[in-house]
Amino acid sequence: MWRWFHRLGSPRWFYQTSGRWLPWLAVLTLALLVIGTLWGLAFAPEDARQGNSFRIIYIHVPVSFLALAGYYVMAVAGAVNLIWRIKLADMVMTAAAPLGAALTFLALFTGAIWGKPTWGTYWVWDARITSMLVLLFLYLGVVVLRNSFSGRDTAGKACAILALVGTVNIPIIYKSVDWWFTLHQPATIKLSGAPSMHPDMFKPLLVMILAYYCFYALVLILNTRTEILHRERRTAWVNDLAVSELAVTELTSNEQ
Amino acid sequence: MTEALRTPASQQAVQERLPPELLPPGEGFVGILKRDLLLAFRHRGELANPLIFFIMVTALIPIAVGPQKALLSQLAPGMIWVMALLGTLLSSDSLFQSDYADGTLEQLIISPQPLWLLVLAKISAHWLVTGLPITLAAPILGLMLALPEAGYATLVLGLAMGTATFSLFGAIGAALTVALRKGGVLLSLIVMPLYFPVLIFGSAAVQRVVDGGSAGAPLALLGAVFAFALLLSPFATAASLRAGING
Repeated sequence: MWRWFHRLGSPRWFYQTSGRWLPWLAVLTLALLVIGTLWGLAFAPEDARQGNSFRIIYIHVPVSFLALAGYYVMAVAGAVNLIWRIKLADMVMTAAAPLGAALTFLALFTGAIWGKPTWGTYWVWDARITSMLVLLFLYLGVVVLRNSFSGRDTAGKACAILALVGTVNIPIIYKSVDWWFTLHQPATIKLSGAPSMHPDMFKPLLVMILAYYCFYALVLILNTRTEILHRERRTAWVNDLAVSELAVTELTSNEQ
Repeated sequence: MTEALRTPASQQAVQERLPPELLPPGEGFVGILKRDLLLAFRHRGELANPLIFFIMVTALIPIAVGPQKALLSQLAPGMIWVMALLGTLLSSDSLFQSDYADGTLEQLIISPQPLWLLVLAKISAHWLVTGLPITLAAPILGLMLALPEAGYATLVLGLAMGTATFSLFGAIGAALTVALRKGGVLLSLIVMPLYFPVLIFGSAAVQRVVDGGSAGAPLALLGAVFAFALLLSPFATAASLRAGING
């Protein structure tokens, strides 16, 4: 088991293994995305009250799921780096931070677009929206902190600490915002207590959630691979890789 | 180090003492606390900065929104809390800055005393010179913003705990950004999400009392956040300092 653990910590092993899995994952992601999108946008029944505008749920909900889950991926990777000094974990964390920030922004953005026809306004100071805004700040803090350090190890440790502090604070922030919202209850439609969905609408949503999980994994692996190549660019195996890639391209250009 | 410690009398006192690894941990705490308070007292201009900011900016609000008493008394609890937050945040940046610049921070890190305790001493000193004056000045500003009479005691009690929590969380951000040249803006981005609960509970407590309710629940929650920050912050700050300096 420990050998497996050590191998997992090797960027080279990760690069080669993920390279073998990547095409399958890409095909699976694409298939799920196409099926889910077509099913959700074209075949799912129209909502009785919201009409077609509800269909943004097939992007909004999966993106919001992953924005939250992505923070824990980032924080766990940071903790692994902090505790076991595994460099690969730091590379995963570096890859996860901007990805999570982008997903959080998308969740807020699609929510605003959905809010306009449904509630008549782009922005409501609702508990969930405010929590997502806080999450965006937490992500941006990690991204900016990472970029402002020149030393890579220092940046990794500092970001890991920040992500962990954020993790233990997320429940407190979430609860406080929830409480604040009930205290200042504005005269808008409540988000919670939405009517349960019809199975015909729910099934494509499940497919889309699955598709976005695969998509997240795919982009995370691609970002991590780029980070690995960038950090290990002076090692022999990356050089060999570059030389063989170069040879392949030369070969194909010669054939033409 | 301060001038006071370079005088022969104090040097003698240092020589008579035990080696630092044999000192009880409390010695380091008291020593750092005294030193930081003395340093702050010697730089009285800097000492007054957060307080002046707090008063100045709060005085701008009536100018901007108009002098109507009803409007001001409605805004007062939230505004005073936001300004207290900004005043503390403004000074958090310098918490470790001068110690980092002159190398004291490295000495603190390699000292045999537990770092989290020394960090707690620095945070305590920071609160005593920024949070406490802001807390004490708040009733005057409440008066200027026509805060209803019922809210004053809650405001002061809440601000005492709230500014301490601001200092504690601010220390984490200050430690993470101490080695960076432009840490100021980054610091605000890092610690602002952590300030949300304090701001919510603090201003809600005042608002509730003003509305004729009881502030017990929000004040208790504010106290809980403070206790949590007291547990978390010294260790997180110490870890951040070690991570930030060694690299």
